[in-house]
Amino acid sequence: MGIYARRRFVNALVMSLSVAATAFGVVWLVLVLWTLLYQGFSAIGPVLFTQMTPPPGSSGGLLNAIFGSLVMTVAATLIGTPTGMLAGTFLAEYSRGGRFGEIVRFINDILLSAPSIIVGLFVYEIMVVPMGHFSAWAGAVALAIIVIPVVVRTTEDMLNLVPNTLREAASALGTPRWKVIVMVSYRAAVQGMLTGVMLAVARIAGETAPLLFTALNNQFWSTNLNAPIANLPVVIFQFAMSPYADWQLLAWGGALLITITVLFLNIGARLLASWSTFKP
Amino acid sequence: MSPAAATQMMTTAPPRPAPGAGTRQKVQIRNLNFYYGAAHALKNINLTLHDKSVTAFIGPSGCGKSTLLRVLNRIYELYPGQRATGEVLVDGENILTPGRDLNLLRAKIGMVFQKPTPFPMSIHDNIAFGIRLYEKLPASELEDRIESALHRAALWDEVKDKLKQSGLSLSGGQQQRLCIARAIAVKPEILLLDEPASALDPISTQRIEELIDELKPDYCIAIVTHNMQQAARCSNYTAFMYLGELVEFDETETIFTHPKERRTEDYITGRFG
Repeated sequence: MGIYARRRFVNALVMSLSVAATAFGVVWLVLVLWTLLYQGFSAIGPVLFTQMTPPPGSSGGLLNAIFGSLVMTVAATLIGTPTGMLAGTFLAEYSRGGRFGEIVRFINDILLSAPSIIVGLFVYEIMVVPMGHFSAWAGAVALAIIVIPVVVRTTEDMLNLVPNTLREAASALGTPRWKVIVMVSYRAAVQGMLTGVMLAVARIAGETAPLLFTALNNQFWSTNLNAPIANLPVVIFQFAMSPYADWQLLAWGGALLITITVLFLNIGARLLASWSTFKP
Repeated sequence: MSPAAATQMMTTAPPRPAPGAGTRQKVQIRNLNFYYGAAHALKNINLTLHDKSVTAFIGPSGCGKSTLLRVLNRIYELYPGQRATGEVLVDGENILTPGRDLNLLRAKIGMVFQKPTPFPMSIHDNIAFGIRLYEKLPASELEDRIESALHRAALWDEVKDKLKQSGLSLSGGQQQRLCIARAIAVKPEILLLDEPASALDPISTQRIEELIDELKPDYCIAIVTHNMQQAARCSNYTAFMYLGELVEFDETETIFTHPKERRTEDYITGRFG
């Protein structure tokens, strides 16, 4: 076999293996989405958004769970985003090469990949046990702990993409440090930072484990943040495991709802990232 | 000309004028040493920059000319591990003393970098940014200042209809002139230009050089350049640096026609560098 024939053969071989591997991965993803759409589509309707979770054997919707998820996600984002952004700012703007920054970054990376059930247990210990009951607050705090490392990481990465020459240019005008960060670095990195927040929200939208230990569940409409609150992931968990057909259908509907939300959050994040001044 | 400057001119004017005769000494650098960590980047530099004139710094890469410029507005202090010893007197005051307000110092000493660095905001806001740091002007006065800065930087005609557009939408040469406009809008006395034209095409380079010529009567300008023709074209004084040392400093014409040092001659004739 000549050298060119050999190269062509190796090329064809590697390409077919790559295509096969890609197809293998994509097939499962398509199957998951297809099953979800097929099973969940019939559950989507006005009832899903207007009625409470039903007792077994009667009809109902997911309104209280949707509301609970929304409330806890918003609260977690409001707690986690400023904290994460400030910590990311510290890492990128103030502690370059500093020992303390190294340690914070290392711990943040561990937190980033920590199993979420551990976060749930932690919040159970520090909030649920002392308070004596499950609550929406505890759920929000658990989710916030998951949001923080994601936001810290993306904020730091995005600020690191801002060229130092831009900071030097601003400093050379005599701009105080905080103004350089707020007026120049943030402005240059804002799309990337918001992308990180959206990805963090997408991440917590489907988190179940931390909520099992904190917000638990509530069969009824509740707006009390000091009481257990219904939420989509735990309702899906409970309903999907049940033997009742109408509960299972609602679980499919809820799963589809979360998937669509996450999909749109990801699309939004991608759009935002594509408008960024400085790209990774 | 002020009487003091006139007296100085008369008392210091030998048959062949010494460098700087006729213009005020704006910056005096004395025994300046600079370190990047343990690396000794500038070695015992002694040099004077004159007001209302252009001083060019030439030399091969890594000779310390950009470093010297970065000492003059203490921008190096953004990074840990960099330090300077010696004296840099600006109008007779040592700017290297600790505890100085660096922001006020940098307001007086503008800097333009090799790569154009427009801020991610509109053309208008790029200029307004610096002005707003120091002055609270009524809107109309602010607009006047912005217009005059853009005029000064020979950019007004090209951007007057699109002041609200992003500064990043301009071409490289326009971006660099925007940066010069931004620097002069805060009314500095000294302008530091760190290879301002090296990332630009020949036409834009020519515009920047014309601009330097127009700014010369009002500022003390220091320019770092890799381009010896550029140094010859637009400067009054030239400093040749090599390996962290100031080899020779004189009027540009002298440096390029009768350099005293062998190394200077070798460099400007292209024998090394």
